[in-house]
Formats: sequence, structure tokens, C-alpha cells
Amino acid sequence: MSEETVLMKGNEAIAHAAIRYGVDGYFGYPITPQSEIIETLMETAPWKTTGMVVLQAESEVAAINMVYGGAACGKYAMTSSSSPGISLKQEGISYMAGAELPALIVNVQRGGPGLGTIQPSQADYFQTVKGGGHGDYKLITLAPNSVQEMADFVGLAFDLAFKYRNPAMILTDGVIGQMMEKVKLPAWRRRRTEQEIREQCPWATLGKTADRKPNIITSLELDSAAMEKNNERFQAKYRVVEATEVRYEEVKCNDADYLLVAFGSAARICLKAIDLARKEGIKVGLLRPITLWPFPTEILHAYGGKMKGMLTVELNAGQMVEDVRLAVNGQIPVAHYGRLGGIVPTPDGVLAALKEKVVH
Amino acid sequence: MLQEIVISGFGGQGVLSMGKILAYSGMMEEKEVSWFPAYGPEQRGGTANVTVIISNEPISSPVVNQFDVAIVLNQPSLEKFESRVKPGGALIYDGYGIHRKVERKDINVYRVNAMDESMKMDNSRVFNMIILGGLLKISPMVALENVMKGLKESLPERHHKLLPMNEAAILRGMELVEQEQQAE
Repeated sequence: MSEETVLMKGNEAIAHAAIRYGVDGYFGYPITPQSEIIETLMETAPWKTTGMVVLQAESEVAAINMVYGGAACGKYAMTSSSSPGISLKQEGISYMAGAELPALIVNVQRGGPGLGTIQPSQADYFQTVKGGGHGDYKLITLAPNSVQEMADFVGLAFDLAFKYRNPAMILTDGVIGQMMEKVKLPAWRRRRTEQEIREQCPWATLGKTADRKPNIITSLELDSAAMEKNNERFQAKYRVVEATEVRYEEVKCNDADYLLVAFGSAARICLKAIDLARKEGIKVGLLRPITLWPFPTEILHAYGGKMKGMLTVELNAGQMVEDVRLAVNGQIPVAHYGRLGGIVPTPDGVLAALKEKVVH
Repeated sequence: MLQEIVISGFGGQGVLSMGKILAYSGMMEEKEVSWFPAYGPEQRGGTANVTVIISNEPISSPVVNQFDVAIVLNQPSLEKFESRVKPGGALIYDGYGIHRKVERKDINVYRVNAMDESMKMDNSRVFNMIILGGLLKISPMVALENVMKGLKESLPERHHKLLPMNEAAILRGMELVEQEQQAE
């Protein structure tokens, strides 16, 4: 066992990974089931070591706008919350998409709507990948299915956010946030110097120098012709992301007749359901989208031509299933199985749904 | 080796920390482990439970239907988990908190009178370690030396002086555990 391997919660892994990645600032407001993120940051006190700012804002809205400010200066800025708090942040997220600001937002989902419950859910899929805030924008969305991926995706999310000047989200839930597993924490990176930020982010508002025009960070453009141009630029960028950054995992798909499609915690439950199904002679595999946007449309379309049927398993009433159906485009039936309001499906439940809805 | 265990009782009985020590112990043996709590308002007084999985293979789902071992420390936990023990699996309970007989005949049933014993030891806080001793006796999934390493790892350093007391409680639990029913 290496020294770096530790046992911790997914939420704690996010906090430690952020410090190690050289994040400049975390701004948040506590809410179950993700409060361990800010608690771990406060306990670890990185302002004494790396100089990272950790601030409990007066509200979720304040926190996301602090992230906007940090990101406008080219800093690695992040926030985290759970579903009701993420709803509050939507205005800020839309503004960041419009101002093309890179940042990380973590959503450890709980059951809604409204204040709902504190138990796990995946019911914010639509909110995350279909807009959430107003306007034609996209959020790069990563869906970890383990504590290890919680740690690994912090750096990946910042890398993608800065590569495309676009906000990125880690969309996870109370299962992955609260569970403890072994995790190998990422290597330490020092925070970037101001000079490095100036070089890497020539758009950042770090103070005008004599050799350039002022940098302006804004989502406002009252000239509609110019605003259309801005939108066309965003859309062109989104097409590049869709062509370049799709990530997914395939499990036991080679000999499969049927395909489960699930992300995050639901995908873990599906792994066990696959073992149960195969013991009964049902050949089933799993396609796990790791990026929810960009969505793995092409591979799902290809499997639509090979499989006899598909079942999406989600902790919601049927959200990702719509994107899977669009990808499969009618080649085969695509069913959905979900539990709602904070109830986590069991492997038995998945197997029963597979038999009832897909295997005939 | 795959052991899927649920530990369930009142908040404050040390359910979550017992699970944590078990998970750390498995990790000390270089096994795969997962620890998934029913988190929330249960922490103070209500019924809390945690699923701990220890395995030689990567763990698929942290959420399972059925358990190799269910440790039930109060009546609501018995009602909730008796039906979810695998046939031939084990149910461990503390005599103090359970008011009826186990109904299933296809599982092994063990009693550890940990509440009484922790009172005798004049330390109610070792209650969960006595239970843990009972578990390790009937299902030696991790070696005692690794449990002690796990305990050390999971306790803040200021509490390390309590390690010998906890070890004594684990050993006492190993002596106390009694089989009440053999699976049919």
C-alpha cells in the first residue's frame, strides 16, 4: 500500500484533490450531503500552506459570484453545493458561460424537487446538461462513480474548463459523496504564479499592461448582431468539445445481448446487477457515460445496432433515458428504471426491471 | 473473499465508527473496502446504519440487497434487516436492545451481551468494540493485529491512549459471543 492511498469519503477526496491541484479559491455554503467538502477544507487550512483561499460565503448566490470574480482573474476558482443550492447558483453559471469563464462547480445531488430530502438522487441531470440557467449554453459535466474519480476529476474538470474557457461541473450524489473507499490522492502541484496566469490566460483581468488593450469580462452585449456572433462562437466551441472530449466506460459489452446505461452511483449498482444477471444466463453489459455533456451519442448509436434492448438506470424518473433514445434513434427499445426522492435502487431491483422491461 | 456487512442501531451506539474501524482494518490487509452510511438525522438518537464491504476483488456496488452478516443493536434494526441476511448468513444482536426472537430458521444467530458487559467494565463507550469482538470471533475476516492498526488509524492521535482499553473490549467480546441458533 503506497503512502498516498487513504480511506476517505468522496466529499473529502474532492477537498484534498482541490488543494493538491493548486486551486486558488473555494467559495461555498454548507448543505447536506456535501458539507464535508468545506469542512475538510477548513480543517486542512490550505491558506497556511498553498495560499488557497477557503471562504464560507453568506449564501450560494454570493459564492458563485465570488467564483465568477476569481475566474475572471484567471484563477482556479470553485464552489460546491447540493441540489437546492445549485438551483440558486444557476444565474451565476449562465453568466460564466456567457462570459466564457472557466471554473469548477460540484453538485452532490440530493432528492428534490424543492428542499426535498438529503438522501442521494440523480434528478438534476436535466438541469445540468440541458441548461439550468438561461440562454444557449453548455456545461462540461463529469460524473464520477467512485471516490477515486471524485479525486481525479477535480484536476480534469479544471483542465477542460481552462482548455475551453467554459464552466465545468462534477455531477455526483450523496452515495459517492458520503461513501468511504480507498483513494490514491493526486500528486501535488504548486499554485500558478501571477506571471504564469498572465501567460496562460491572456484574457484574464489581472491589471492592464502597456502593451495591450483592456481585457473586458462580461456576458452583456446589447448589439444583437454582435451577440449573435458571440453565440455562434460558443456553439462552434461546443461542437469542438462534443467532437473531442466524450468519455465513457464499457463493461462486459463484447458478448452482451442487452445494455444497461447508467452513470455515477447507479453505474456501481449496475455492476452488481450484471453479475446477478449473468449468473442467470442473461448476457448484459454496461455503458457508463463519464461525460454527461458531451454525451457518448455515437457509441450508444452503434450499440443500438448490436444489442436487443437497453435499460437506463437512474436515481430519477427518467432523464438521461431521453438522450439515450435520441442516440439510439429507434433502432431498439430503450426502457428506464429509476427510484425517486432519495431512494437508492438495489442490484436486485435493477435485475427485476431488466427482466420485466427489456429481456423477453 | 467477499463480506457484505450491515451494522445498525441507535445513533450514539458507535455504529458508524465501528464500521469505520472494520473498513480501516480491511484496508490494512490490503483488501478492497467500502463504507456507506445511511447519513442524516439518524446521527442523533434515531436509527443509524452503515454497509461495510470487504473484498479481495474491486467492489462493484456499495449498496447491496442482502448481507453475509447483519449486526442489529435495536429493535427497529432487527425489523429492518432480519429479512435481508443471506440464507446461511449470520445475525448478531445485543441482548439488551432486542425484544423478540429471530423468526428465520435459515440463518445463524449470535448474541453478544455487550451493553451489560460495557456497564460492568464501567465504560459504555466500548460497547461497539465488544460487539466488534463478537463479529471477529464468528467471522475472522480480518486479523486482530490489523484491527488494532485500523483502530489506530481511525482514532485521532489524542485518543491513542484509549487503544489498550479498546483492545481489551474486543477480546472480551470474542469470549462473550454465544451462538443461539444454527442455520437449518
